[in-house]
Parts: sequence; structure tokens; C-alpha cells
Amino acid sequence: MSTVTKPLSSRSSMGRPPLAKNRSGRIGANDKTSYTSTIILLLGALYCLLPLAWVLMASTKSGGDLFTSNTFVPSGHLFDNIVELTQYRGGLYWRWMLNTALYAGVGAFLSAAVSAFAGFALAKYTFKGKQATFMVLLAGVLVPGVILAIPQYFLLAQVGLTNTYWAVLLPQIISPYGIYLARIYAGASVPNEIIEAGRTDGASDLRIFLRLAVPMMAPGLVTVFLFQFVGIWNNFMLPYIMLGDDRLYPITVGLNGLLNQGSTVPALYSLVITGALLSIIPLVVLFLVLQRFWKVDLGAGAVKS
Amino acid sequence: MTTTVDVDQTAPGRDPAAKPSAPAPRAARRRRFNFTPYAMLAPAAILFLVFMAAPIVYTLILSLQKTEVQGLGLGSGARKTVFAGLSNYAAAFSDPDFLASAGRVGLYGLILVPAMLVLALVFALLLDSKRTRLAGFSRVVIFLPYAVPAVISSLLWGFLYLPSVSPFVDLANALNLPSPDVLSQGTVIFAIANIALWGGVGFNMVVMYTALKAIPTDLYEAARLDGASEIRVALAIKIPIILPSLIMTAIFSLIATLQVFAEPTTLKPLTNSISSTYTPLMKVYRDAFIRNDVNSASATSIIIAVTIFALSFVFLRVVQRRAFQEENS
Repeated sequence: MSTVTKPLSSRSSMGRPPLAKNRSGRIGANDKTSYTSTIILLLGALYCLLPLAWVLMASTKSGGDLFTSNTFVPSGHLFDNIVELTQYRGGLYWRWMLNTALYAGVGAFLSAAVSAFAGFALAKYTFKGKQATFMVLLAGVLVPGVILAIPQYFLLAQVGLTNTYWAVLLPQIISPYGIYLARIYAGASVPNEIIEAGRTDGASDLRIFLRLAVPMMAPGLVTVFLFQFVGIWNNFMLPYIMLGDDRLYPITVGLNGLLNQGSTVPALYSLVITGALLSIIPLVVLFLVLQRFWKVDLGAGAVKS
Repeated sequence: MTTTVDVDQTAPGRDPAAKPSAPAPRAARRRRFNFTPYAMLAPAAILFLVFMAAPIVYTLILSLQKTEVQGLGLGSGARKTVFAGLSNYAAAFSDPDFLASAGRVGLYGLILVPAMLVLALVFALLLDSKRTRLAGFSRVVIFLPYAVPAVISSLLWGFLYLPSVSPFVDLANALNLPSPDVLSQGTVIFAIANIALWGGVGFNMVVMYTALKAIPTDLYEAARLDGASEIRVALAIKIPIILPSLIMTAIFSLIATLQVFAEPTTLKPLTNSISSTYTPLMKVYRDAFIRNDVNSASATSIIIAVTIFALSFVFLRVVQRRAFQEENS
């Protein structure tokens, strides 16, 4: 993304035919800075930062300041707010955070594992029913997950699993889209010759998968993990339906409940705002640290030689 | 599917059960059924059956039933489940609450999906342009809202909208401008669409940008050297090549749009403009858990699911048949 100067730019600045378009300075084949496009993107960035900047400022306010002062001007109550939030019903907030980490972490790991197996099988084997399996999978990608939440509730209620950790964890392991992605990654990044070579050396299929294929698919699998992690972290309706005990809540359901109470007890608003800020931090850090995995190409390794 | 090389039929030692030191007789091995792919698919298949197929079938069954109350409706024998045919569906289609919520979501989709896709595409193309500065920074920041759960982003925007807290209202007051109440009846749909736009534009941008990066640069470098503008390169070369990605993002956006639930549910305590049946899914929730009418909730669920399916397929057919096949080969 940095300003890489290519031999092209020198050539184009010298030998380029003086087209009218180029003289306007707006369009051209060289890598000259375009202020228009830079500014448009920065405006987009500003739009995206706005609520985040606001929550950072607003969480430094005491409950009363929130309604009386302009919320974009910071104040000094952040620490007090965090203490108050921590004391809220014996640290319930932090329990929500831990629950969320558990649901998203364990769920996404299992989901990536299940997807890796299935994706590899679909990409690298020929077997009876493969085409049908893949069609069902594609149909599954289009099935709106939220539609499933209510029948899932009634099915799990029949085996007494609602209002437990399992109720939120288990339904989110299966991800047709994750399998679909894993299939693409396996097809693109694991050469058949490697599998052949492994077989010639007498390795079992499981061993070939774990030792050869998984490392090659790793960047793609991290992406599957992240997709599912964010998906579970963001999911609201499933835990909202499944859980009655607020000690099992993930952060989304917990804060929603707190906001609901806030409509009658406005003092809770400052807790909600501080809670929102603290809940965003881990994911933002995760995103920044693992940023490069979001660039992973759907056809990585396949297109460019 | 054509490029998938069949590697398991000829290579020796393909079966985990066959020890390399004691190879099975050639003829027997050739005929033996290979369990490996099935074993690898088993966890996914079981989870799919239990948590996707079974709920769908169960919803279908529930949607065709109704509960009849006999006498005063007291005691265990007073309620019984009977076959209802399509009456739950008929009831849903004549329910003004449902029709209103469906219309609302249709309008919401018409506002949101084009806005999101156009904005994401513009951002992706600008990122891909070598002439854009600070693109790395912008890319990360625009993608960042994807890390924020819909409930939290609704909460943040909700406070930015809420007249008693909003800094914009403060600003408008300071400038003696009329303070806008975006949470009012007429505009709340835009308020919700904005939240979804904020959360989704970065993700779609990254998907499109990834596709753009995969285009070999020599495909358009020649055009650029010939003096073609960036816009022409984008319209004539880049966009047609990433069309499958655009179609995928459009379908996913459409699916997400029609099941909007978290945003209005979170905003609900802040305004009177959002009823408990504001979107179809909110109506499903209300019917199932507040009114305990699982049967009509199921019928409505099926209607929503079929609509999403139908729209996705029609969209795929109309726009381009190749979308899946291309990814697939």
C-alpha cells in the first residue's frame, strides 16, 4: 500500500502521449497521488471511527454529565465507571465477557476443525454423493441461520439443554459457509502431488490431512476461525432465545438487557456505554493483530504464479 | 468440479486401515469402498442434520399444526394439537402486522443493499488504485466496525441518535438549527439502515478488495499505459472480473437484510417508533415466546426462509449463472 515506485512511472512520465485527460491531473496511468480518492476513503474512515470515538469520550462521563454536556468533550470518570461496572451485581459484566470468549473461542475452533475435515474431503476425494453433498452445502449457505434459532430452541428444550452453555455452543459449530471456504482453500493450496507423495510414503489419509494438508490450509483455516469467531461473538438472537439465566449471557444479550433497564433507570446508561467500550476493545485488538488473515485470497496460491 | 483430480483410486496406501508394511492384494484394494471421505464429512453431516435439517423439518411440521383449546382451556387434556393444513400460512398472509413488517423490511433492503454494495465497491476500487494514499489506514479503519457486534453498534448509534444524549443535537442547538430526531416514525428506518451500513460496508469492501487484488495486474496495466482512465479500467476490466464476488456479497447482504432483528430490538427501548412486530423476525419472536403461538411463528419463519431462498435464487439466475460454477471448478 506504500508508495512503491515502479519502473513504469518513470517511463510513463516521459514517454506518455499528452492526452487531454492526463492534463486534467485527475486520470492517468502513473501513480501520482489522487487527492479525490484519498479524501473519499478518509471520509469513509471518519464515518467508521465516529461512533467509536464517541463511545471512548462518552465512557469518561458520569451518569449526570451524559445528559448535560456535549458527549464529544471528554471528562474524567472513566475509572469510576469501570469500577461501578465491575461492581454491578458482583462482577456480572466480566462474567458476560468470559462467556462470550468461551462461546466464540471454543465454538470457532470446533467450527474450523469440522470445516477443515469436510472441506478437504470435498476438495480432494471423489466419492459417491459428493455432488449432492456439495449442493446441500450450498443450499445451507443460503439458509438464514436466524430462522433456525426458534426451532433449535424447541428441539433442545426437549432434551433439556436450553438455558445451558451447550445451547449456544453446539448450534454454532456447523457452518456451511466455513466448509465452503475450507473446500476452496483445500482445492487451491494443497497440491495433489503432495497427497500422492504422502501416500507413496505410506502415510495414512488422516496423517496426510493433519501433517500435510492442514499446515498448507492454515491461513485459510484461520480465516474460517475468524469468520466464525466474529459470527458467534456478534450473534444475538440465538443466545437471546436460548438463555434465561443472566449468568450464562454473552455480552450482547447482557448489554441489551442493561439498556432495557436503562430506559427506566437512566443512571444505567453510563454503565451500558462503558460496558460497550470495554467489550469492543478485545475484538478490535484481535482484528488489528490478525489483520493480515483478512486479506487472504479466496484463490490464494492458485491464481498468481 | 472438473479440476478435482481423483487421487484416491490409484495411489497405494490410501486407506488408513491398510498398513504400509502389509499391502492388501491389488484386486481387493481396487474394489474396496473408501470410507475416508465419509469419515471426514461425518462430524459436519451430523451437526448439519441435528442443527439445520431437523429444525427446518420441525418448523415445517409445527407450521402445519395448531393447538385447539377445549372447554375452559384448563387441565392437561384441554389443549391438543391438530393438523391445521395451510391455515397458519393463510393467517400470516392476512395479518396486517406481518404484511406491514414485510413491507418495512422490503423498503429497508431497498435502502440498505444498494447503498452498502455501491459504497463498498467504491472503497474497494479506491483501495486498489495505486494513486490513493493512506489506503492501508483507511482499509483497517473502514473494516473495523465489522468487529463490533450489531447489538453494540446499535447501542452506540442509538445514543448518537437519542436527543437527550446526542452530540449532534447539542451541535444543532448551538448553531440554532432544528434538531433532528432520527428516531421518529418516518426516519427510524434510515437510522437502522445506517447502523447496518456502518457494520457491513467494511466487510463487503474487504471481500471485493481481495478479489481485486487477485486480478493479474498485466490484465489492466496495458490498458492504463494506453491512457485508459482508472474509471474506465474499473468499469471495463476490474468490475466484470470480480462480478462473482459482487454477486456473493449481494446475496449475503440480502440474506442478512431480510432477517434484521438485533438492530431494531436494541433500539426499541430508546424510541416508541419501533413496535414489537417491526420486522418479520421480531414478529416471529413475539409470537413464539410472548404469545406462545409456536405454530403461527413457525409458519412465518417458513415464509421468511422461502422468501430469502427464492430471492437468492432469482437473483442468481437473473444476474449470472456462473457465480457458483466458477468458484466451484
